[in-house]
Amino acid sequence: MKILVCISNVPDTTTRIKLSGDKKSVETNGVQWIINPWDELALTRAMELSEQNAGSIQAISVVSVGDASVEPTLRKALAVGANEAIRVNLVPADSYSVAVQLAEVVKQENPDLVLLGIESSDFNSSGVGAMLAELLGFASVSSVSSLELSSSGLTIKREVEGGTEQLECPLPAILSVQKGIALEPRIPAMRGIMMARSKPLKVVEPVAVEPLSEWIELELPEAKSACKMIPEDNAKELIRLLHEEAKVI
Amino acid sequence: MNFQLTEEHEMIRQAARDYAQRELIKDVIERDETATYPTQHVKALSELGFMGMLVDPKYDGGGMDTISYVLAMEEISKVDASVSVIMSVNNSLVCYGIEKYGTEEQKEKFLKPLARGEKIGAFLLSEPEAGSDATSQRTTAEDKGDYYLLNGTKNWITNGYTAGTYLVIAQTHPEKRHKGINAFIVDRHAEGISVGPHENKMGMRSSDTHSVMFTDVKVPKENRIGEDGFGFKFAMKTLEGGRIGIAAQALGLASGALERSIQYAKERKAFGTEIANHQAIAFKLSDMAVKVENARNLVLKAAWLKDQGMEYGTTSAMAKQYAADIAMEVTTEAVQIHGGYGYVKEYHVERLMREAKLTQIYEGTSEIQKIVISRSLLKD
Amino acid sequence: MSVLVYIENRDGQFKKNQLELMSYAKKISEATNQELVTLSIGNVKEEEWARLSAHGATRVLNGENLPNQIDNEVFAQALFAAIELVQPKYLILSDNNTGKALAPRVSVKYRAGIVSGILGLPISYEPFVGKKRAYSGKAFAHVKVNSDLKVLTLSPNSFEIKESSGNVQLEAFEPALPTPKTKVVQADKQMGKLLLSEADIVVSGGRGMKSADNWGPLEELAEVMGAATACSRPVSDEGWRPHHEHVGQTGKIIGPTLYIALGISGAIQHLAGVSSSKVIVAINKDPEAPIFTAADYGIVGDVQKLIPQLIDAYKELKQ
Repeated sequence: MKILVCISNVPDTTTRIKLSGDKKSVETNGVQWIINPWDELALTRAMELSEQNAGSIQAISVVSVGDASVEPTLRKALAVGANEAIRVNLVPADSYSVAVQLAEVVKQENPDLVLLGIESSDFNSSGVGAMLAELLGFASVSSVSSLELSSSGLTIKREVEGGTEQLECPLPAILSVQKGIALEPRIPAMRGIMMARSKPLKVVEPVAVEPLSEWIELELPEAKSACKMIPEDNAKELIRLLHEEAKVI
Repeated sequence: MNFQLTEEHEMIRQAARDYAQRELIKDVIERDETATYPTQHVKALSELGFMGMLVDPKYDGGGMDTISYVLAMEEISKVDASVSVIMSVNNSLVCYGIEKYGTEEQKEKFLKPLARGEKIGAFLLSEPEAGSDATSQRTTAEDKGDYYLLNGTKNWITNGYTAGTYLVIAQTHPEKRHKGINAFIVDRHAEGISVGPHENKMGMRSSDTHSVMFTDVKVPKENRIGEDGFGFKFAMKTLEGGRIGIAAQALGLASGALERSIQYAKERKAFGTEIANHQAIAFKLSDMAVKVENARNLVLKAAWLKDQGMEYGTTSAMAKQYAADIAMEVTTEAVQIHGGYGYVKEYHVERLMREAKLTQIYEGTSEIQKIVISRSLLKD
Repeated sequence: MSVLVYIENRDGQFKKNQLELMSYAKKISEATNQELVTLSIGNVKEEEWARLSAHGATRVLNGENLPNQIDNEVFAQALFAAIELVQPKYLILSDNNTGKALAPRVSVKYRAGIVSGILGLPISYEPFVGKKRAYSGKAFAHVKVNSDLKVLTLSPNSFEIKESSGNVQLEAFEPALPTPKTKVVQADKQMGKLLLSEADIVVSGGRGMKSADNWGPLEELAEVMGAATACSRPVSDEGWRPHHEHVGQTGKIIGPTLYIALGISGAIQHLAGVSSSKVIVAINKDPEAPIFTAADYGIVGDVQKLIPQLIDAYKELKQ
């Protein structure tokens, strides 16, 4: 079985977002880039499955759509344990552009299972997984919070509005995963970092695609006004203010 | 000149940072308070390869360069210097000493488990009456033909209790003074070894520091490192490298304190504005940052010289002395910036200050470093 | 030419956020002067139609014989059939698990641009520009959609419910659907429990709650206030609370009317996930905790002591 994990390169979660001069993008100076946290959970689960089912997973590949600046993130995925990495050489404009490129990679690589995070922490669009499924016609499940291999394919738990479902899913499949899917993301070990030096990172050129949407401007949230402090022994006053002043209860 | 770290260096630094900020931070205050040895963390860091990161992969090490090592040491030390001192002793004293000067058999037998972190090493040089002055070793190693017989007491031994492997410096030929000293690899559990109580220290409280007593301990001949009488040179050469590790530790204490101070100054308000907006605080931060940057440059330079196979003894002494001294200054200022909060444990900086003090004392006091530096300046 | 909205029922009922969605779709249809068509899937209780009617619904494609929870791929086929039928210019869905699974499929099938998690009404209709959260709540993006069909998933609590007179006309909707590739073998519902994404009020606990055993009073507070419960990342990491309660940058991003943070220090990742709440209340024993910089009302104090007092004060207010 071959697993392909799609990863996107995002600013570290502690980054304070500053806008660039034209307000179309964010200031990248001094930003630490990481594997999108949900994608990292997908990769972690892929590693766990490979360890728990010795011999049944032949290769774990990672793919990202971006320019050369995403390569450190891909190499981190290699250091954590992925066998090979693919970069599609395109700075994507929207989820659709990403999905079209990934679909091409899937057709070339023929993985049995495609994993990705439920969303990326920069665009927050949650679009790529379902788009990829629609483009490829694979079985697909979103909001996956538990994943095991079974004799016929996959056993999955997913979150639905107001509950959870357990499903049987055949292969090939595309799953978008969320928290709960894996334990803590892994820190690359020295041995892994060393081995990553000799693992392949393949760069492929993109196929032509027209984006369906574009970000034309960014804005930052307005600064909050000062917090009104209430004495510790006066819970009643807080409730009064919420009722009479803020009018939220 | 190139000040750019490689992508791999960044990855290693980030790996160490992730571990420190994610795991070590959780229980560091409690471990400090109860002086509890960080067993789980040492195990986890071993699995990540940090305990033997400098060792050649053919001896199960991480195969990383000294720059990687100081980057990792800095990040770990920002949170927990007790853990980083365990890492430092194992990497830059014990593993380095055996890898550089040991025989192939010694490396197979002793270095591999140390590099994997299955065993932790300790470096036994200091004595009750010989700290900085390593020439006057009272511990004796009597040549008994096919073995040596060890007798004496070692003091202030990091990893003294938990270590599996000791590197012991002892006198074989007292009449030859320092030229009669030898270094031995000794099994911590050999008969005749007893370990004193845990030292109740001011800082680095969760690393286990002990005195170790040797009473007629038999050490096989093949466990001697180098030629007969090589011990003093061995100790001095090994400590040269060790100083880089402790310099990086001191740097981490300082830069950790600076990070916390910047964050605090941006959040804490006084007189209607964040204290960072008061020049008295902003200038303190500026002074601290200059010191940290200077220390980092010295530490990285020493590491770089070592990686290039160039002479680094004087630079590593400079790095150790400077980083340790500014660590004391910067952590003290950090406490000052934090005010009352700085004096309570929850805000971490008081611990960094207590720990910084030790970096001026161990593995060669700041004064000893100055001797090393000045001698190199003045020699003909 | 129409506006098509998918209104989701849960156990045959329409929840508050679906009425929000209905009101929103009505508004869009008015603004663009197009017919409003509502799609419903699964069996809906009779009396619910009147509620939908009161929020603007008129023509309803009633897929009452279609299973409510189905495979995404099959569900998408149902949606495609509705799109073929009414040729919408706008397709509007909730920004929840269902919407997130379906909108992208429509996007691919019809080359339609999406604004996912759109916040309220668009900035402009021609060209169509909508506002959404970006960088997990640390910024907002203005997204321009270039395609003819626009797909919008509406962020919960971003549009106020508006009553309007409608006149529901149910129209049987029975497209032929393929067999799903996946098979549901077991479904567990949190019966009666208020969903985090739908709640007006959220009561959330952090590490300051000290242990998993201390959650009773917090749950009681949530219950008396009609609030959903949530938690910070360390709490779900420690296993004190389930993962689906984690709010913050890598958990759920929410925007309730009132967010009450109990014993949460307010790391930047947490604040990103709750910053669009209308009012934030913080209770923390540490006066330096960053949560107070994001809060509107704050109390420095012990959460264990304060929760019962809040319960009493709230009950008193409601009497």
